[in-house]
Amino acid sequence: MYLPKLEQFHKYKEADEGVFGVFETPEAILHAAEKTKEKNYEGFDCLLPYPVHGIDEAMGTPRSGLPWVTFFAGLFGCTIGILFQYLTHAVDWPMNIAGKSLNAWFAYVPIIFELTVFSAGIYTVATLAYLCGIPKASRRILHKDFTSHKFGLWIPKTAKGYNESEVVSFIKGLGGQEVTVVKPENAQ
Amino acid sequence: MSLAQAVRDKLDIPDLVTGGRTLKDITVDIAKPNEDFPTKLWWNTFLLVLSITLIDVAIIGYLFYEGLYILGINNPVGWGFFVVNFVFWIGIGHAGTLISAVLFLFRQGWRTGINRAAEAMTIFAVLVAASNLILHVGRPWLGFWLFPYPNERGPLWVNFRSPLIWDTFAVSTYLSISLVFWYLGLIPDLATLRDRATETWRKNLYNVLAFGWVGSARAWSHLEIVAMILAALSTPLVLSVHTIVSFDFAVSILPGWHTTIFPPYFVAGAIFSGFAMVVTLMVIAREVFNLQNYITMKHLDNMNKIMMTTGLIVGLAYATEFFIAWYSGNEYEGFAFWNRAFGPYGWAYFIMISCNVLSPQVFWFRKLRYNIPVMFVASIVVNIGMWFERFVIMMTLNRDFLPSSWAMYTPTLFDYAMLIGTFGIFFTLFLLWCRIMPVIAIAEVKTVMPAKEGAHH
Repeated sequence: MYLPKLEQFHKYKEADEGVFGVFETPEAILHAAEKTKEKNYEGFDCLLPYPVHGIDEAMGTPRSGLPWVTFFAGLFGCTIGILFQYLTHAVDWPMNIAGKSLNAWFAYVPIIFELTVFSAGIYTVATLAYLCGIPKASRRILHKDFTSHKFGLWIPKTAKGYNESEVVSFIKGLGGQEVTVVKPENAQ
Repeated sequence: MSLAQAVRDKLDIPDLVTGGRTLKDITVDIAKPNEDFPTKLWWNTFLLVLSITLIDVAIIGYLFYEGLYILGINNPVGWGFFVVNFVFWIGIGHAGTLISAVLFLFRQGWRTGINRAAEAMTIFAVLVAASNLILHVGRPWLGFWLFPYPNERGPLWVNFRSPLIWDTFAVSTYLSISLVFWYLGLIPDLATLRDRATETWRKNLYNVLAFGWVGSARAWSHLEIVAMILAALSTPLVLSVHTIVSFDFAVSILPGWHTTIFPPYFVAGAIFSGFAMVVTLMVIAREVFNLQNYITMKHLDNMNKIMMTTGLIVGLAYATEFFIAWYSGNEYEGFAFWNRAFGPYGWAYFIMISCNVLSPQVFWFRKLRYNIPVMFVASIVVNIGMWFERFVIMMTLNRDFLPSSWAMYTPTLFDYAMLIGTFGIFFTLFLLWCRIMPVIAIAEVKTVMPAKEGAHH
């Protein structure tokens, strides 16, 4: 049976200290991510201007678990839709309309559907915002081209076996340019 | 040359981004209208539509002060232009969601060039539609009565069996889900603008709007899944919203309205008019902002094909309505349709038929599908026709079961001003949006680039 795993809810981690390198092409970043995974630097990340296909496999991050949130939130909205309409129409304020059953549930279907979709959508997006760490008004921008046409490999200080000079030469060895050490004091 | 590109060349599949643009060129081209000072053309258009909007706002204020009697509504025709405008604008909104959601689920790469503008069109159209819905109740400050809320009037709840309440829920759900879908897609592009900004005020503005997006692969992986989930949720939502709008009519017992064809007929009409509006806007945007490399003739060709197909569906629906009116043997139903075509509002019926059924037939010819002036005129004609379709449906009310209660509906100047005002509000919002946010999804276009240097597939 397919069950949700905690790793599927991987979070974006704030960049405080570490090293990043700039790559020119999506192929280069895919290759770099694979090598970094092999090297087992925990919590490393890639910074991309657009979703590059295959980056999840290359980085070893599991598929997002957000569809689970959608499913349960949808179920919640659906239940609320059924209960709310039944309780108001048949229990709290019974109204006899043309001798129809008090629980004439066919007429409830449109609102049940809308509440299911609303709840599923809004809760999923709220969880997405939490996992991506947004909204945050000011965030350190490592390199201004990462949102335009260049690709970044980021290895944070918190990674196991982190050694600054080793990491710098590792990224350079992968073909990274402008390899930069980020420290809290040189924050932009 | 990669294998994928060889296959595309062999099959003669046109590129979705032409002109050999690189990743950087895409960013520069699309961000340009947001970074340059607006042109004289933009200012002139903006001031024109803004003045229409301001006049409309003043008229709405006068309407609140005087009451609904200044409009042309009367006893049999109790809804008038407001509901015509409401159904018209909500229909316009649907194409945006269809482009962003349905074409997304069908993996149609060509949507990336047009989805952003279409989604923005959805948001603004739904806002305009909702404002008409609220205005038509006459006392809009009591509009919150439409929502179920704990109140001090004993166990008093809204009637969940009423199509008006269904409408409230459907439209507000549609607006919120569309808004979220649109903004999620915008966040990475706003981050691009933030990182390109040179002036401090611009940097600060986009810093707030971009929510602190940096393009982390982990965040992208979640965002892509959510985009798919929202597309999957929006697809039935689009169908449900216009189905529910059609229930406003179909759940009644009025001849000409009480028909099971209404839901699919309304949905097809919505897609039809929505695509017509997208074509109108895209033709203008691509010329004004020089986006010919991203909104290619292939994009316009595809949209014209959809417009023609939905036009045929709408035509079939008109024919089916007439056929069933005759075939059912119901004389009231028969009269309602005879009255529709040959009654006092027959002229509106024939405007509708010629605009909606005849005009899209020009798109059978490839040459005309690729002709900008032809498609521009056709798209405007279709929109006029679709407005008249809703007018014709509404005018069914003017002759009901009792000849003693028959009356004509004559719109007053205020009705026309409100109609023009809706266009003013829509285009004001759209023009402002074009200045602040990218009209094309920068990140998404990069994923469908032709397989050359700098692309991944």
